[in-house]
Amino acid sequence: MEKLEVKNLNHHFGFTEILRDISFTLNKGKILSIVGPSGGGKTTLLHLCSGLLDVEEGSVTNTFDSSSFAFQEGRLLPWKNVVDNIALGLLAKGEKKSIAIQKAKEIALKFGLEEEDFLKFPKDLSGGMKQRVSFARALVVKPSLLFLDEPFSALDIGLKKELQTHLIEISREENISILFITHDMMEAIRLSDEILLLKADPGHIVKKFSYDLIQEKRDDRFVYEESAKILQDKDIIETFELNTLELK
Amino acid sequence: MKFFLKILKDFPAYLWSGWGAIASILLFIALWDFGNQTYGNLVLPSPLETFQTLYVMLHDELVWNEINITLYRASVGFGLSLVFGSILGLIAGFFATASMMSRPVVTILVGMPPIAWIVLAMIWFGMGDETVIFTILVASFPIIFVGALQGTRTLDGDLKEMADSFHLPWHMKFIDVYFPHIFSYIFPAWVSGLGMAWKIVIMAELLATSDGLGASLAVARSQLDTPTALALVVIMIGSLMFIEYIILEPIKREVELWRS
Repeated sequence: MEKLEVKNLNHHFGFTEILRDISFTLNKGKILSIVGPSGGGKTTLLHLCSGLLDVEEGSVTNTFDSSSFAFQEGRLLPWKNVVDNIALGLLAKGEKKSIAIQKAKEIALKFGLEEEDFLKFPKDLSGGMKQRVSFARALVVKPSLLFLDEPFSALDIGLKKELQTHLIEISREENISILFITHDMMEAIRLSDEILLLKADPGHIVKKFSYDLIQEKRDDRFVYEESAKILQDKDIIETFELNTLELK
Repeated sequence: MKFFLKILKDFPAYLWSGWGAIASILLFIALWDFGNQTYGNLVLPSPLETFQTLYVMLHDELVWNEINITLYRASVGFGLSLVFGSILGLIAGFFATASMMSRPVVTILVGMPPIAWIVLAMIWFGMGDETVIFTILVASFPIIFVGALQGTRTLDGDLKEMADSFHLPWHMKFIDVYFPHIFSYIFPAWVSGLGMAWKIVIMAELLATSDGLGASLAVARSQLDTPTALALVVIMIGSLMFIEYIILEPIKREVELWRS
C-alpha cells in the first residue's frame, strides 16, 4: 500500500535546529494536517517530505506513485495564461499538448473558472482565482499524494469553504492522500483525519488529534464545537502561546 | 511562427495608434521652421530646404555607399556586443562570485567616456573600421551585460521551487520558467544598446575615419554646409526611429503582454 513514512527526522539550517525527531505516517486516502505557529518549521517539514529539500538526518519514505504541490501564494507563471499554467504539470509528464489543454480546460471549469478567463494572464486574476488555478494545476495531474502549503490563508471565508469542499470531493473521488500545513485550527478540523501539533524552537510534535467522522458529515456546528474543545487543550494553549496575551 | 503571425496581425492597429506621434513630430517641425525664420538660413536651414537636400542626397549612389559603410560598422559592433554581452551576462548572473567580480569592471566600462575610448582605439587600431567597431563594442557591451546579469540574478526562487515540485524537465524549465523572465530584462537592454551603438558609430566616424555618415558630417561642418549636416542628422534619426518603432516596439509589445 502506498504511504508516506517519516522517521526520526531532524533538520538544521546552519547551526539553527529547525526540526527535532519528527515521526509520522500518512496512509493512502487519508488527510493529515500539521498545525503550529508561524516560523515553527512547518514549511521546512513539508519541503522535506516532498523532496524539495534534501533530508539530512532520519528518513522520509514516500511510496506514493505521484505527488504534486499547491502553494500559499499560487506561484503561477506570470507569462502564461490560465490554461497554459494549469497544463504545466501535464506537459512536464510528457502529455500531448492538445490533450493537456483539453484536460486543463475541463478541470478549470470544475474549479469555478469561466471560459472567458482561460486566456487571461495571472496579473488580471483576483487572489481567489489565482488560488483556483493553482489548485487546478496541482490536481489535474491526478497525484496520489497532494502537498498543500497554507493554500487557503489568503482567501475570504466563503471562497475558503468552497475550495475546501471541492478538495474533499476530489480527494474522495480520486482517492488522493493529502499532507497539508496550516495555522488555522478550524480549517484543520474540517479537513483532516489526523492533526499533528508542531511546537516551535525547534519544531517537534507534541500531540496528535484524530477525527473519525467522515469529512462530508462535518458541518459548521461540528467544526465550531471541536474548535472550542481543542482550544481548551493545554498543549494547544502552550504551543500557540495563547495564555501570554490574556486580557486582564 | 504563430508568434510572428500574431505580430503581423496586430501591426495595423499598432500603426494606427501612431497618429499622436506623427502629430507631435509635425509640431516639432513647425517649431524648427519658426527657428529658421528667426535665425536665418545659415544657422538653421528650413525644414523644406533640409528635406529637399535629403531628397537629392538619397538619389546619390555615393551617399548610399556611406550609409552602407556606417550600417556595416554599427551592425558588426552591436552584433558583437549583443553576443558577448548576453552570453557573459548570463554566465555572470548564474554565479554569485562572477557577478560580484564583474560589477566594478562594468562600472569602469560605463564610467569611461566614449570619447576617451575613441582616442585609445585610434592609437591602438589606427584610423579605420576597427577603431569604430571597438568603440561601439565597449560602449554598448556593458549595457547588454548588465541587462543579462540582472535578468539572471532576479530569477524568482519561488517559481524555481514550483518548477521542481512539478518535476519539470530541464528544457521546459529553461523555456517556460527562466527564459521569459530573463528576456524581459535583456530585450530592453538590447534596445538601449542599439541606440547607443547608433550614436557612437557617428561620433567615432566623425573623429576617426574618412568615410561613413560621421565623416560626411565632418565634411559638411568644414564647408559650413548646414543643410547637408541637417539632412544627415535626419537620416540618422529616421533610421533609428524606423528600427525602434517599426521593428522592435511591436515585438516588445507582443512579448510583454503578460506585464501590467
